Amino acid sequence: LALYFHSGEREEKCIIEDVPSDTLVIGNYKVQRWDIHKQDFLESAPGLGMIVTVTSPSAEVLLSKLYGPQGTFSFTSYLSGEHVICLQSNSTRFVAFAGSKLRIHLDIRVGEHFLDESVVQAKDKVDEVNFRLEHLIEEIHHVSKEQNYEREREEKFRKTSEETNSNILWWAIVQTLILISIGIWQIKSLRDFFISKKLV
Amino acid sequence: MLLRGSRAAGPWGRLPPSWLLFLLAACAARASEITFELPDNAKQCFYEEIAQGTKCTLEFQVITGGHYDVDCRLEDPDGIVLYKEMKKQYDSFTFTASRNGTYKFCFSNEFSTFTHKTVYFDFQVGEDPPLFPSENRVTALTQMESACVSIHEALKSVIDYQTHFRLREAQGRSRAEDLNTRVAYWSIGEAIILLVVSIGQVFLLKSFFSDKRTTTTRVGS
Repeated sequence: LALYFHSGEREEKCIIEDVPSDTLVIGNYKVQRWDIHKQDFLESAPGLGMIVTVTSPSAEVLLSKLYGPQGTFSFTSYLSGEHVICLQSNSTRFVAFAGSKLRIHLDIRVGEHFLDESVVQAKDKVDEVNFRLEHLIEEIHHVSKEQNYEREREEKFRKTSEETNSNILWWAIVQTLILISIGIWQIKSLRDFFISKKLV
Repeated sequence: MLLRGSRAAGPWGRLPPSWLLFLLAACAARASEITFELPDNAKQCFYEEIAQGTKCTLEFQVITGGHYDVDCRLEDPDGIVLYKEMKKQYDSFTFTASRNGTYKFCFSNEFSTFTHKTVYFDFQVGEDPPLFPSENRVTALTQMESACVSIHEALKSVIDYQTHFRLREAQGRSRAEDLNTRVAYWSIGEAIILLVVSIGQVFLLKSFFSDKRTTTTRVGS
């Protein structure tokens, strides 16, 4: 758990995971609280927990649980798209507590590339190579799923571009028609006006 | 703030537990890739503890928002700035840690007044561990193992390219959607302006002549 960042006590930090469907996402986190007296982050803060909320691309909540100061959470995506993982501490202290902040260590893994390490205590060479091959096959499946997802997105992209293209064309035609009809209306209206005023 | 995920290093080999600890301390290879949303006028910093001599790579790309650019800054434990770029869309920076300690890198959107940016970064620390560790090895790798190693390397490269392609496509799609909305708003706006101006012109012109008419009659009588 190496990478960390700071956040306010009651601040919610969210994570976007853009994943294809049927993908397992595992998250590991550890949170530490700043202690004003020691001027350092406490190694463990009893009673401090993090509420983890996972939202699917269709705004449906997949997971919403309270974990301790250190925890692991996971979920499998049903739809492909941007899933939002939010972390918020359950601290009830006043926000006005000057200098209070949290240090959140985070590690998120996408896709099941990690087979059980205990299996690795293989009896012989063949088993070890077997294990490695299984891992490679998992990686290839992941690549294949990502490619399918990419195809869906590219289609959406192409639709948007084609829609923009036809919108521009349609708008140019409509604008020309408006211009011509307004022009005719203007001349007619003024001519009638001048005739009625006996200027012409 | 929105963040993203991590892709952990490859599997550890078959090792007795005591060696495992040594290996972890010696070459802790990690890759954290995170996609997060940076609000306007905000700055987000990340920290990582790195051992001396480790080769690290920081790569970032802006996916959505404004002109698709962000400020980035990387500092070592002494505060010396190793990398600093303003308003960059995409960049990659490799360095070797000159000393132990906590390295810090920050992304800043402080120059922007109202656009949030979605930023992706990938921070790779150390090299990935070998697929078949050579500590307890007596013989050279067999053909099967070498084949596995080359497939693994190729797949890592494929996954890497796939990630970059996905980000570029997301950026392109974001631009296309922006363009689409702008075209829609602009067409409606222009149609309204056109109608208002042309109708207004005619009535204004009519009003000029009406006034003149009354003044001429006054002068006449």
